[in-house]
Amino acid sequence: MSKIPLQFRHNGRDVAIFVDGGTNLLVALRELIGDMTPKFGCGQGGCGTCSVLIDGELHLSCLTLAETVAGRSIETLDGMKQGPNLHPLQRAFADHFAAQCGYCTPGMLMAAKALLDRNASPSRDEVIEAISGNICRCTGYEPIINAILAATGGRVSA
Amino acid sequence: MAVTVKTFASASEAAGALSSDRTARYLGGGTLVMRALNEGDVSISTVVRAQDQALTRIDASAPRITLGAGVTFARVLAERDLAFLHAPARSIGGPAVRNMGTVGGNLFAPNPYGDFTVALLALDATVAVQGGFGSRDIPIEEFLQARERQAGTLVLSVSCTRPASSEAFRYRKIARIKPKGGSVMTLAAHLPISGGRIAGARIALGSMAPTQIRARAAERALEGRSLDAATIAAAASAAIEGTSPSDNALGSAWYRREVVGVHLRRLLSGQE
Repeated sequence: MSKIPLQFRHNGRDVAIFVDGGTNLLVALRELIGDMTPKFGCGQGGCGTCSVLIDGELHLSCLTLAETVAGRSIETLDGMKQGPNLHPLQRAFADHFAAQCGYCTPGMLMAAKALLDRNASPSRDEVIEAISGNICRCTGYEPIINAILAATGGRVSA
Repeated sequence: MAVTVKTFASASEAAGALSSDRTARYLGGGTLVMRALNEGDVSISTVVRAQDQALTRIDASAPRITLGAGVTFARVLAERDLAFLHAPARSIGGPAVRNMGTVGGNLFAPNPYGDFTVALLALDATVAVQGGFGSRDIPIEEFLQARERQAGTLVLSVSCTRPASSEAFRYRKIARIKPKGGSVMTLAAHLPISGGRIAGARIALGSMAPTQIRARAAERALEGRSLDAATIAAAASAAIEGTSPSDNALGSAWYRREVVGVHLRRLLSGQE
């Protein structure tokens, strides 16, 4: 079966690759571009750890047919830092111990970024809602919620 | 295994490709088909897509609303005129799933999913499909009963009449994990009132049978009556009739049968 040419924007940079028919975006990013920040979790859309932004909208890369992103803009955790500095969300996750094993962290950060990009000062309930598609088995979610609120300058619980 | 992806400009071309190839599946938002491919479903060798803008059209201004099959739950939530469908749309997945999952795809979602379809069933929706035979409208109940045989047809849109008031349409999803999670059961009720009495009651249940079903005995208990405590009790005790739930990780069939009446009573009583 012939390969399909695919071009899209990846963290602000144009990329051109060849994919097999039916390849999902997660495989394309990890195996063909070498961006290992989106993680493979369940492959069913249930855990959120493969979350990326497509044209600024949160999507699950494992459930996205790679061909459908032709000409679109993909953002992953790999493109989140701002030059040599961490993004405020990344800094807040570090400061608030919001990562333990770290497997969910890339997806959590993308879900948080999707929220803050459209709502700079979300409520606690809005933060909970924003990460409701992302499973974390370590932190109990509280440090993550607090980190996201801290990144907005909002008050967090002790 | 690699599959062949066929992308068409029009829905009718995509419908033609679907109806002529038994191994073809239509890709909408991807939450069902890509999941199947990730799990190694070898029955799919062709994926069909359509870039027809008609599939993503929303007509929400008239009393009868129409949603293109490719309309996502996030778009339903963004539409003020569709407020009566916000609770069902919000009850599905997390934000990423709602950005991807579509109204048309939800018609095919197996238990414990397919919550939006429960709402559409209570609203007596009509499903517009296109197959090798041309296009036609099918009542949603008939569509669901023949769901397994709909693989060769393309859903174009769903339409339903807007409830007369927010009180007339009620929705409740019972899930163990909040705010997202698969359905233990899902209930929707449409209770049009005429002269103080219920006229045309519709109760729909999800995860209580192989597909979403109407609770006809409960509907009969409500029909022509006012929504008082005795009527609600009669409907609640009849809720179990005609159900055939199965066991899964979220709940046993026994548990579902035990609590369906409790949840219907709460829904009809307006309890949280």
